[in-house]
Amino acid sequence: MAEYSLETPLKDEEIRKLKAGDRVFLSGIIYTARDSAHERLVKLIEAGEELPIPLEGQVIYYVGPAPTPPGKAIGSAGPTTSYRMDPYTPLLIENGLKGMIGKGERTEPVVDAMKKGTAVYFAATGGVAALIARSVLSSEIVAYEDLGAEAIRRLEVKDFPIIVAQDCYGGNAYVEGQKKYAE
Amino acid sequence: MREIESSKITEVVAKLCMEANFELEDDVQKSLEKAYETEKSPVGREVLKQILDNSRIASTERVPICQDTGMTVIFAELGQDVHIVGGGFEDAINEGVKKGYTEGYLRKSIVSDPVRGGNTGDNTPAVIHLDLVAGDKLRMYIVPKGGGSENMSRIAMMKPADGIEGIKKFVVDGVREASGNPCPPVTVGVGIGGSFERCAQISKKALLRPIGSDNKDPFYDKLEKELLILVNKTGVGPAGLGGTTTALAVHIEVAPRHIASFPVAINLNCHAARHKFVEL
Repeated sequence: MAEYSLETPLKDEEIRKLKAGDRVFLSGIIYTARDSAHERLVKLIEAGEELPIPLEGQVIYYVGPAPTPPGKAIGSAGPTTSYRMDPYTPLLIENGLKGMIGKGERTEPVVDAMKKGTAVYFAATGGVAALIARSVLSSEIVAYEDLGAEAIRRLEVKDFPIIVAQDCYGGNAYVEGQKKYAE
Repeated sequence: MREIESSKITEVVAKLCMEANFELEDDVQKSLEKAYETEKSPVGREVLKQILDNSRIASTERVPICQDTGMTVIFAELGQDVHIVGGGFEDAINEGVKKGYTEGYLRKSIVSDPVRGGNTGDNTPAVIHLDLVAGDKLRMYIVPKGGGSENMSRIAMMKPADGIEGIKKFVVDGVREASGNPCPPVTVGVGIGGSFERCAQISKKALLRPIGSDNKDPFYDKLEKELLILVNKTGVGPAGLGGTTTALAVHIEVAPRHIASFPVAINLNCHAARHKFVEL
C-alpha cells in the first residue's frame, strides 16, 4: 500500500496511480455537499443551468459539520455515509467531478461512473470529527445557506488523512480488507 | 410527594447533551483502548488510533466527538411519588435539548416534517421513552444517537420455529451487511420478543448497559458472548476496512411475546457510543 500527498484539483494521471487501500494526505480546496445539496446540483445540471461550484477536477466531501465554535476554522467535521449520494453521483462525475470523500461502500452505478470518468472515492474515518477538523484551515459557505449543516462549503484543507476506498479500476478496500479477516 | 422543579430537568438535560457529545463514558473508552491492543489488522489499528486520538481532542477541547451529534433519545424512569412543578415534563426536556445543542455548538439534525423537510433549528424534539416506576426519583439516560448507525438497524417478525439459530443469523447478517456504514466497532443492541414496537425499543435500550457488563440472565449472557465472537468473525473490522474488531459488545434485552410472534430487532451504535445517566 502506497502513500501519497495530493493537491486539488486532481488530475487523471494522479487518479490512475491510486489503488484501493493507499493512504492519501489531501491538501487544497474541497467542497462539502450532502443529500439536499446533491439533489439541487443535479436539478441544475438537468435544467442546463450554471452550478454554484466548479466540478472540473474537484473533490466533494460528504459532511455536515457541527457549528463552528469561536476561535476555530470549523466545528467537528467527519464524513457521513456515502451510499445516500449514489443516485446523484454518476451525473456529477460525468460533469467533471474527480473525487469524493465519505464513508462506506458505493454501489455499482457509481463504480461504473468512476471507471468511465477516471474518478476516485476516498474514505475518511467516520466519527473522528474533532481530529479531522484539525486538517481544515478555513471554511466558507458558498451556496444553499438555507440548508444549515447541509449548505455547500468551500474548505481549504491541509494533509487531510484519507484512504483510497474504491479506485478507478473497481478495486474496493472494504471488500479486500474484510476478505482478509473473515473466518 | 417529592417535588422536582422543571427548570432543574432542563438544566441537567442541557449539561448532559453537551457532556455526552464531548466525552466518552469510561466503559466505551476502555473498550476502545483494549481493541487497539488486540486488533490484528494494521489498517484497523490505525483507525482505532485515530478514534482514541479523536476522543482525547474532543474531551480536551470540549468539541463534539462526531459532527453528527444525533437525535436526542431519552429513557426516563419517573417515580410515581414525584411531582414535577413549574412546567411540563416533556417541555422541560426539550428546553434542555435546545439549550444544550445551542450553547454546546452541537449540530441541529432534526427535520421538522419527514417528507416536506425543514429543520427545527434546535434539535428538538427529543425521543422520550417514559416508564412510571415506584419511588420518588427521576432517572434519565441521555443518548444522542447518530443517523449512520441508526440507518443500519433492522427488525424481523420471525417465526417461533426460527429459534436461536434464526436470531444468530439475523444478527450476524445485519452487522456484516451494514459493513462500514455504522462506524464500527459497533455496539449491537438486540431486542428479542415483545410486540413489533416493543422489540425495536428494547433493542435500543440494550445499548445503555455498560460495555463489558454481564447479562443478568446466564442463558442470554452466553448467547451475547457467542454472538460477539460470531460478529467479530465477519471481518468487517474498524471503519469496515477489515479486521478482528467489528463489535465491542452485543447486548440482549428480552420481553414476553405473543405465541405466534418472534420479533427480533438490532439497533447498532457507532464506536462513539454516547450516553449519560443522571438521577434526580
